[in-house]
Amino acid sequence: MTEIAVLSGKGGTGKSGISAALASLASKVVVADCDVDAANLHLILEPENYLEEVYTSGQKAQIDADKCTSCGKCIDYCRFDAIKISDGEFTVVGTACDGCQLCARVCPTGAITMIDQNESRWFAGDIRNGKMVHARLAPGEDNSGKLVNLVRDHARKEAHDIQSDLILIDGPPGIGCPVISTLSGINKVLLVTEPTVSGIHDLKRITELVNQYKLEVFLVINKCDINMEMTEEIEKWAAGKQIPVISKIPFSEVWVEAMINCKSIVDWAPESALSNEIRVIWNQLIGNE
Amino acid sequence: MKIAIASGKGGTGKTLVSTNLFNVIRQTGQKTQLIDCDAEEPNVCEFIRGKVEEETLTTTHIPVIDARKCTFCGKCQEYCSYNAIIMLPAIKTIQVVEDLCHDCGACVYACQYDAITEKEKVTGSITQYAIGSNADLLESQTEIGIYSPVPIIGQTINMAEAEALTLLDSPPGTSCPFIATVERADYVVLVTEPTPFGLNDLKLSVETLRRLKKKFGVVINRFGLGKELIEDYLKREGIALLEHIPFDKRIARVYAKGELITEELPEYHDLFGKLYQNIMKQVQA
Repeated sequence: MTEIAVLSGKGGTGKSGISAALASLASKVVVADCDVDAANLHLILEPENYLEEVYTSGQKAQIDADKCTSCGKCIDYCRFDAIKISDGEFTVVGTACDGCQLCARVCPTGAITMIDQNESRWFAGDIRNGKMVHARLAPGEDNSGKLVNLVRDHARKEAHDIQSDLILIDGPPGIGCPVISTLSGINKVLLVTEPTVSGIHDLKRITELVNQYKLEVFLVINKCDINMEMTEEIEKWAAGKQIPVISKIPFSEVWVEAMINCKSIVDWAPESALSNEIRVIWNQLIGNE
Repeated sequence: MKIAIASGKGGTGKTLVSTNLFNVIRQTGQKTQLIDCDAEEPNVCEFIRGKVEEETLTTTHIPVIDARKCTFCGKCQEYCSYNAIIMLPAIKTIQVVEDLCHDCGACVYACQYDAITEKEKVTGSITQYAIGSNADLLESQTEIGIYSPVPIIGQTINMAEAEALTLLDSPPGTSCPFIATVERADYVVLVTEPTPFGLNDLKLSVETLRRLKKKFGVVINRFGLGKELIEDYLKREGIALLEHIPFDKRIARVYAKGELITEELPEYHDLFGKLYQNIMKQVQA
């Protein structure tokens, strides 16, 4: 089984569009959308969900005003600055609470209880050529890394069930906890960048993170003609890092049209130069498996 | 006064808006600050260049367990809500998994044998740059491999000056790093693009901001690309439309080089001036 993650560091470089296009080319695939707090790939692949599960992202403290004696011990111990006094009453700032439970443990009157955060969901569904696993982290909830792990575990199970050799992962932006959870245990990474100063900066940081894992890394320069000098600079940098640049995709209105119509480029304009470019990526990345 | 510039989806133009807005506001003579809160991938410094004034390292506490004092009672492990303590009493081994530790202090509180102390671990840095005489830029940045940027974001925003107009360039998404940024703001500018993805993620951001009871308005970037799906949504929901930034290849070219459109393309200086006025009207409304 091959697990490939599409990552970029910077958002908006074209991860989801490229992931969707690669998924369209597969004869059989399990797709995992690991951008759990701004998931988009389902808009293109339109899975028919047959599974919807609750994800408990963590707990948050709640203070029972009747039992609270306003002793202030919880405030002294909370390192997240999550307990405030408003109108003389001790209350928990939900967005600041980390769920560590220390306040509940130090409270002498047992006024603090921990409440499960149960609003996040994850889903599994059928797509034309396989399965898709995706999730929705409820706004403001924590632990996106744990949810990414859940999505990935289920994707492996689905791949086993339908005997798919390929799991394609659309990764989150950034380099923090959900990205780290996306990287563990995969085989290959496809980095998608764009020739802008931010694109390069973020590419260097994600590469440094990716290099902490022993993975095969490939690079695509999207919208390469926005700034050809910078594209050359990225190519030079990649050569130094021994990362193969497997495709340079020019900016195209056709790509934008495909996205606006929620279609993968391969389905929207199968004969276009862009779709051929996606086939080139596919052959380099997966073709020899 | 703090104004956050945010978006659910990455790459919609947050940094384009925050850097150019900063540029036009500071030119009015107003004391202005820009804080790059996207600590995982900070980019503001690629567009705004200044002299480094100060660099501060940010740290977190990590417990250190003295195995000689430890009785392997297991209370610290029980108190740790993050599974960051591994204990094998049979072979007298107890270890902290540093990456899982959230610096909550519960284990220190739990230990009755004085076996747990804390050490400091560097998680990132905050760099302050002077921009002209009336403005500065604060950049937060995590070390590679650090799980959560949230503590650094909080510490950086704490450095905002009360009398300045402070712009916060937010990380993408709607989870903890985004919340850590917008919850400290008096007003939030959401930047979106007229694609179904932009709309999908805009809805998530709106839901989050309404929950947080934040005032906010929307800037539509790359306007003219798609249909009017964003305007229709904003009208339906009664959300303020602050400004359109047209889909203009010249913007992409100026941005790619790390330049400001309010310097290179004069018509955008006027547009961002108008945007600033519209934001201030909304803030005061």
